[in-house]
Amino acid sequence: MSLEIVWFVLIAVLWAGFLFLEGFDFGVGILQFFFGKNERERGTYITSIGPHWDGNEVWLITAGGAMFAAFPFWYASFFSALYLPLVILLLALITRGVCFEIRHRANFEKPRFICDAALMVSSSLASLLIGVALMNLAIGIPIDVSGNFTGTFFDLVKPLALFGGILSLSLFLTNGALFLTLKIEGELQTRAYNFSKYSVIASTFLFAVATVLLCKYSVICIASLVLISSAAVLVFKQHLKTAFICVALCSACSVAALFYAIFPNVLVSSIAENSLTVWNAASSAYTLKIMSIVAAVFVPIILVYQIWSYYIFRKRISPRNVNIEV
Amino acid sequence: MDDLVFLSRLQFAITSVYHFFFVPLTIGLGLFIAIWETLAYKSGNSEDERIVRFWGRLFLLNFAVGVVTGIVQEFQFGMNWSEYSRFVGDVFGAPLAIEALLAFFMESTFLGLWMFGRNVLPRGVHLTCIWLVFAASCVSAVWILIANSFMQHPVGYVLNNGRAEMTDFFALITNPYFLHQIPHVISASICTAAFFVLGISAWKMLQNTEDAFLFERTFRYALFMGFIGLIAVLLSGHLQGQSIAKLQPMKLAAMENLEKTSDPAPLSLVPGLEIPAMLSFMVHNRPSGEVQGLEDLQKTFEYRYGEGNYTPPVWVSYISFRVMVGASSIMMLFIIYGISWHLFMKKNIHRKIMFLMLLGISLPYIANSAGWILAEMGRQPWIVYGLMPTDKAISVGTSSNSIIFSITAFTFIYGALAAIIFILMRREVLRGCKSKKPTRKTAAVKV
Repeated sequence: MSLEIVWFVLIAVLWAGFLFLEGFDFGVGILQFFFGKNERERGTYITSIGPHWDGNEVWLITAGGAMFAAFPFWYASFFSALYLPLVILLLALITRGVCFEIRHRANFEKPRFICDAALMVSSSLASLLIGVALMNLAIGIPIDVSGNFTGTFFDLVKPLALFGGILSLSLFLTNGALFLTLKIEGELQTRAYNFSKYSVIASTFLFAVATVLLCKYSVICIASLVLISSAAVLVFKQHLKTAFICVALCSACSVAALFYAIFPNVLVSSIAENSLTVWNAASSAYTLKIMSIVAAVFVPIILVYQIWSYYIFRKRISPRNVNIEV
Repeated sequence: MDDLVFLSRLQFAITSVYHFFFVPLTIGLGLFIAIWETLAYKSGNSEDERIVRFWGRLFLLNFAVGVVTGIVQEFQFGMNWSEYSRFVGDVFGAPLAIEALLAFFMESTFLGLWMFGRNVLPRGVHLTCIWLVFAASCVSAVWILIANSFMQHPVGYVLNNGRAEMTDFFALITNPYFLHQIPHVISASICTAAFFVLGISAWKMLQNTEDAFLFERTFRYALFMGFIGLIAVLLSGHLQGQSIAKLQPMKLAAMENLEKTSDPAPLSLVPGLEIPAMLSFMVHNRPSGEVQGLEDLQKTFEYRYGEGNYTPPVWVSYISFRVMVGASSIMMLFIIYGISWHLFMKKNIHRKIMFLMLLGISLPYIANSAGWILAEMGRQPWIVYGLMPTDKAISVGTSSNSIIFSITAFTFIYGALAAIIFILMRREVLRGCKSKKPTRKTAAVKV
């Protein structure tokens, strides 16, 4: 297998890892605002992802960096084409990241409420936009022969792309709700569980629609539908841990389906011959070799310490034992 | 077209300078806290622990903004500079991706563990976490400076298929520009943290609250840190200047506003005031030696690259260099005063000077920003020195309205963030080293 394909797969893995992990913390970011009746309850929900959200977000940064290093033409065309959605995504990520830190530094009810509201809005926007961006990869965007975007903002928010946004939003909400059922105790957990029943059904429905609309042949696409449906069953049978994993795998699987569908293209152009492929968008063999060595050494190490950090914070939390004092 | 170039550059300037307000403090204060937590670990002293917690809270506030503004940096090469990304991605993308893999994961994961793990982790592991966060922030600086150095002085590449392709990774990471730049940036970070600690400690000592003695300790410690840091900044800056004389003579001529090639070359202090032969001395370590001037260099560049203006904005370079050096000199005065106080006048604190120290927090920020403006403006009109002009590097498919929107949005949100972080830091400082609730241990002792 050539290194171009290895890196195409690795970038898919990074995106999948990002959705697998950040999916639930986007979800929690939204849900805390609706589940938590007061600032302490919302704080409890937020604390459940406190130690992890930043590490999860690095998966996105690394996916971007890997695209730059391994497929500079893909990175350049995709990021400049999605200029406005990415600006909004960045604003949302900035707001989100800062809210985590300032909300427990603010000593009063009101600023904390504003932080929680901002966290909800920014997490929702980010969830939507990730879906929109990825769906644009699948349906293609108008780019010219030198890889420059020729369309307008409205070419990026076609109904199908927006549908992608709703898909990711519903998936992240489900994922977040299930994460909370695993991390939180007592009444706060019950609220999350009750919500997850509805949202998992909604997600299953949306995935069924997506499967019919988008991927007629793809096995992986069917697999994500199977995963989300089994998650629905598992939620009702109260096998929540397995359900959570199924939903997270479903996010990852959707990314796999997307990348599988566009291969060997990396960026589909609506003018077919201008599409960027793994071959014409890639870096030189030398650069790919260097990057492969670095990734082979460091990705396993990263996985070990990230998993360890989840292990350290495995204890359930409730408003009583929540400790955010640094 | 010119509009697009200007707007893209403006956006990059705003987001990068702003991002670099937070980076050096993260590096320097990370070191400060790691050392202090090591002291606390060894002594088991609750006072050391309180110091770690106080500065840790400020560190986290600063870190949060540094992280989120960093994401913008990673994305905007593709968004605003797509021609550049295509041209250099083969070389330039690698250090960015390596930075994410080696530094960002480590930094974020271990900071999360440090922040939330105080009561969960064994003390030694907790201590290791903050050292790893500091190490990761240095690793991050290393890789981003390797990337920047390629723009300043491209090495280890070949032009192929209309782009720069990497041929020698080792040459890339041992770029002489990088080797001279990294000590200067790291020592500047240590100065930034030292003055941050000095200023806040001085203010708290003036207020004379019951925790003032703790701030006196950090004050004395930061004096030492600032002294070492400033010496290192001066030495590394001097060496970097000499390396720039070799690698980018145009930048040197611009920052000195040296019109004509001279031997010996004078050093201009301010317009109209010169020290004869001083520039030659600084470049060549002896009072004679040729330093090339702007006119000759312009001719050399024209001969090599064809018609065009190859002179960077001279006044911007000239002024920013003097601002950088001027701010560092004032910092040196503060340190000299502080150390003489530390050694000879243990009782008296000159209130006015202590208050000036609070204002002195801004000095390293001014110097850092001026330094980067000099480094990047002095590189103009090139985005990659000698290979690609800046105005050929932008995203041509983007409309100027989009960029205006994003500049406005980023400026607004960055301004709001600065205000919020300032208010919250001020509140933490006013709260001081007192912990609001007694910790579990002290409560147990009381019972």
